[in-house]
Amino acid sequence: MALSKIESVKTEANDPKGLMGWVDARLPVTSFVKAHLTEYYAPKNFNFWYFFGSLALLILVLQIVTGIFLTMHYKPDAQLAFASVEYIMRDVFGGNIIRYMHSTGASMFFVVVYLHMFRGLIYGSYRNPRELIWLFGVGIFLVLMGEAFFGYLLPWGQMSYWGAQVIVNLFATIPFIGPDLSEWLRGDYLISDATLNRFFAFHVIALPFVLAGLVAVHLVALHEVGSNNPDGIEIKANKDKKTGIPLDGIPFHPYYTVKDLVGVVVFLIVFASILFFSPEMGGYFIEANNFVPADPLKTPAHIAPVWYFTPYYSILRAVPPIFNSQFPGVAAMGLSVMIFALLPWLDKSPVKSIRYRGGLYKKWLAAFVVSFLVLGYLGTVPSNIWGQFGSWLSGADRATVVARVFTVIYFAFFILMPWYTARDKIKPVPERLTKIK
Amino acid sequence: MRKLLTLLAFLPLVALANESEINITAPINPSDKASLQRGAHTFVNYCLNCHSAKYMRYNRLIDIGLSEKQIKDNLLFAGDKVGDTMHVSIDPAEAKKWFGVTPPDLSVEVRARGADWVYAYMRGFYRDSTTPTGWNNTVYPKVAMPHVLYELQGEQVLNHETHQLELVKPGKLNPAEYNAFVADLTNYMAFMAEPGKQSRQHMGWWVLLFLGVLLVLAKKLKAEYWKDIK
Repeated sequence: MALSKIESVKTEANDPKGLMGWVDARLPVTSFVKAHLTEYYAPKNFNFWYFFGSLALLILVLQIVTGIFLTMHYKPDAQLAFASVEYIMRDVFGGNIIRYMHSTGASMFFVVVYLHMFRGLIYGSYRNPRELIWLFGVGIFLVLMGEAFFGYLLPWGQMSYWGAQVIVNLFATIPFIGPDLSEWLRGDYLISDATLNRFFAFHVIALPFVLAGLVAVHLVALHEVGSNNPDGIEIKANKDKKTGIPLDGIPFHPYYTVKDLVGVVVFLIVFASILFFSPEMGGYFIEANNFVPADPLKTPAHIAPVWYFTPYYSILRAVPPIFNSQFPGVAAMGLSVMIFALLPWLDKSPVKSIRYRGGLYKKWLAAFVVSFLVLGYLGTVPSNIWGQFGSWLSGADRATVVARVFTVIYFAFFILMPWYTARDKIKPVPERLTKIK
Repeated sequence: MRKLLTLLAFLPLVALANESEINITAPINPSDKASLQRGAHTFVNYCLNCHSAKYMRYNRLIDIGLSEKQIKDNLLFAGDKVGDTMHVSIDPAEAKKWFGVTPPDLSVEVRARGADWVYAYMRGFYRDSTTPTGWNNTVYPKVAMPHVLYELQGEQVLNHETHQLELVKPGKLNPAEYNAFVADLTNYMAFMAEPGKQSRQHMGWWVLLFLGVLLVLAKKLKAEYWKDIK
């Protein structure tokens, strides 16, 4: 379909007497569809990394729909929760598929969101004028972590129970108000039925609302300024003189809807492969210990959070206690997540995209990615996994020392960013988008 | 550089094997219905006296090729209905008095510990005069459970020099027969831990086939729309 043809569609007004005319006079359906789909001009050079935004939206819908069906059979009661999950797995028609869709969806949500954030990182999508989009995105990420945390308690297995215990106790380390705060969060002196009920309320009502609202403003802000692209060039700077349409832009619908459809099907193939053949993913998506009902009297030998929290968990463990307080570790963990929000103001490079940045930035980015992955791995294993150093490091756990080094690199990536982005060599940025291969 | 970053981004998906001290693989086959039926029989006759499987319904055994009549005639306790779950008549408080712990429910035991663990555990009992039951286990040291199958396996002792189990008093089954017997039981317990697993995997192939066809169509549709974009 040529662009000129779409132009002719644009000038056709809806017949005021027709059905759509009647509706449009009362609800801006046609203008909404135009503004956000058929006449929303996106850069034409989106690559692989640009699939993950629409995929994240797809998973959100999937989680909400499967969540509704799970809620029909799940019982948020410490006496009944574990059994109700097994009831869903065995006696509800299609229940095992719905449950695995939800559990696989939770992990895949983080896979997709991490890749989506990485896209923002390499192409500078957080830079002026997209700072608010990025901030809303960080908000979505935080709420998503909360959503995952609250939801993980619901199966009421040992990992659910002790994971929640560990995380709520993190709040107890906050000076002065900590112990009262954690008790207030739990609604009891230990994780109990009261905690399960309130976590259920947060998981199925409170946070999904906040999430949907943040996703909406994330998209409204995106459509206000327009999408970034792998070249990091503003396509609105080069518009057709007559029509005012960006020369390098193409309507989101049909071009990106059909392209995203391919991405969706490829994603669903990956998703279905996990869901139908390995929903536990070797213990990373569903932990074996969670098939033991929660027991407040029996602490598991090794408590590890689900994989998507492990980089931050590693940072928590890596920071040594100060004055017998674990709070510095908790603060570092909180900071390691929140620091993403500062990116728009930390990056001083004159260019946005990694394509035109110099080697200095690329080296730092690679160091950051490696730190994130190593910390993520170390968070899944006990800290004595690699044994201990000899007396020259007073017998410290090797893995802990490695985690400390990578924690420093993790933060250095952000803290030193104003310095290394400003002094990095850059390549000249072209006027127009580079050709798609 | 870009390729490297792409690769690194996907690394966490490469599942790292779960660590486990069990270095034996249970020789089980979830499609072997005869083995599953023998295992179900063993489970009901030996395990179900103390351990419940309270999420498992008797009539789910239809999935392993038993008819409702066969289940009723051979596996049900008096008074039970075929739609009931495998509960146990032992009183949990009494059981705790006898064993020190309430025997755990075994519905999802294989999902919690793994089939290999169950297989090794059932073969790992040995005589130990220092424990209350007179039995100990290489897989689960100081376990409260006595060796229920000792009549079949016979009695083993642990050679503290080689750390190997040695059969000192043969049972009704020879070692190969006993291993097969335990493998059947493990096979059944793996089925019981997730009865929907086989049909789920079967469904998976159809879903992938459908998505494969959809992928071809989606790619053609995309190519058709995008042929003008330069």
